[in-house]
Amino acid sequence: MNDILIYATPLALAALGETISQKSGVINIGLEGMMLSGAYAATVVTATTGNPWLGMLAGVVVGLVLALAQSAFTLDLALDQVVVGTALNLALLGCTSTLFRAQYGASGSLLSLPMLPRFGPVDPAVVLGLLLVPLFGFILSRSRLGLVVRATGEYPRATEAAGFSVSRIRRIAVAVGGACGGAAGACMVVSAAGSFAEEMTKGYGFVAIAMVTFGRWKPWAVYAASLLIGALEGLQFLLQARGVQVPAQVLLALPYGVALVVLAAVGKGTLAPSALAIPYNKEDR
Amino acid sequence: MKSAGRFALYGVGFFVLLALVFVAFGAPVGLSFQRIAEGALATEAGQARTLVKMTPLLLTGLGVLIAWRAGMFNIGGEGQFVMGGLLAMTFAILAKGAPAGFVTVMVLVGSAVGGGLYAYLAAWLQIRRGVQVVISTILLNFIALQCLDGLVRGPLRDPVGGLPQSAALPEAAMLTRFNRQTDLHIGVFLALLMAVIVWIWLSYRRGGYQTRLVGANPRAARAALIPTERIQARAMMISGALCGLAGGVELAGISGRLDAGFDQQWGFLAIPVALLGMLHPLGVVGSSLVFGVLFAGSQNMARVTPGGDRLIFVIQGVAVLAYLALQAIDQRKRWLQTEAV
Repeated sequence: MNDILIYATPLALAALGETISQKSGVINIGLEGMMLSGAYAATVVTATTGNPWLGMLAGVVVGLVLALAQSAFTLDLALDQVVVGTALNLALLGCTSTLFRAQYGASGSLLSLPMLPRFGPVDPAVVLGLLLVPLFGFILSRSRLGLVVRATGEYPRATEAAGFSVSRIRRIAVAVGGACGGAAGACMVVSAAGSFAEEMTKGYGFVAIAMVTFGRWKPWAVYAASLLIGALEGLQFLLQARGVQVPAQVLLALPYGVALVVLAAVGKGTLAPSALAIPYNKEDR
Repeated sequence: MKSAGRFALYGVGFFVLLALVFVAFGAPVGLSFQRIAEGALATEAGQARTLVKMTPLLLTGLGVLIAWRAGMFNIGGEGQFVMGGLLAMTFAILAKGAPAGFVTVMVLVGSAVGGGLYAYLAAWLQIRRGVQVVISTILLNFIALQCLDGLVRGPLRDPVGGLPQSAALPEAAMLTRFNRQTDLHIGVFLALLMAVIVWIWLSYRRGGYQTRLVGANPRAARAALIPTERIQARAMMISGALCGLAGGVELAGISGRLDAGFDQQWGFLAIPVALLGMLHPLGVVGSSLVFGVLFAGSQNMARVTPGGDRLIFVIQGVAVLAYLALQAIDQRKRWLQTEAV
């Protein structure tokens, strides 16, 4: 169970942040790139300072900055969120790989980093993930800010009319999402793997987006959905340990396949924020 | 005249951007340009290399463009490319012993069918089950890559030799090459032919018009009694077929066999190619040529910068963002002007 929590936490962090972002009406396709950059930043900072906590912080900061940079395109210029996110992913994949090769060689010499200290069996990243669930749940459904965020995702014109700035509200939500994405990437390094590899996030940014839909935009359900994928990853090691003969590729493809099947099973439904992925233009009538 | 000026401006902007990326990653600018030019354009071998790299970019770029023009954000060019290659190889194995020309045709047809069906799956998931194409195609990419890895280690594995790769296509079934020194094969003409066909179809035929209308304004399309969902599903199938065909052409033109690294991320790189080609078939010919030059030249650059070809990802991503931003600002300016009158 503890292993499952550790595997699931990066995914859960990213998915929880994405929940906030989507609730405000912004789908962050660049999440994958933000996770990867967070992981890379955590690697560099941890390697130079020897302190994994600083590495974690670096991941959060990088995710935050990237989300704000992306918001200049998606909010200020009101460009298509999917197109911008895809371009950002590409650029960040290239950046991290190029920088990593420049520093550690083309093959990426085996890097071993100090990890976050565990309290007994308890990993601090897992605690962070578990804390965020009630926190985000409370903010979204009980606080005034959460109400405004949800309204912005449903019908932005109404928030604007009520005197709030749609782009400011969305920017806050996107920043939270980016920070969580960066933290998720950092977690992969300082809490799960202890090293970095090119493309180490292996599409989990997209799986996280799928988990938000699967979890019906509710933080606790999104967390539970992420646990399912974490459990599938745990299953790999369990089966290998038991000596069960299953092709490795089937197990590796399983998280993506399951994500796809559950999405197809639950459908999109009417729970999605109505204004999701629609750029808001104040001047439009 | 005005659009020509803007086009030139974008061209200059692209060069400036290239230089900036080189500076940012500590590559000597002058030397980098020189290396790229030498590697991609100076010699006959370099020119051939450019065209060889351009071919899959053009085919996948055309594929992406058709889906996106119909409002389907197909990001699964990668998976469709791989599935095309897999079905092509399967057909080739089934057609073993048949005349070489027949095998080649089977490979090309198989690749288009494989890619098309795989893309149709994503279209079906969106239309019937409400799973967005953006998400499903990405997930399908990862599944396709694991299929490839599993199959070349299992059922498709070459019985001779211990490597995890498929058997090679018979030499005679490979696409014709122009001379023995270079890799240049007739696939490049097939890709250019496809560009012309897509251009005519999209710009001048009814089906293409419907596709564009559905992408530009689905509500208007529905009001005109156009079955939007069927049009979108068809666009995805064509899109996947072109991406798959790129896989078949790579297989029959260059690699001759499948291994786990068959994909080369062409399907992924196709997205910026399509966007920077302004989602127009002829524009995509231009942008795939530009990136063909960059790819062919960057192999020559690996000695200057450690990142080598990965730098192209950065260039592509940043170029798309810059292009989008310029366009948006431009549009806004024009809008303000009309508003003022």
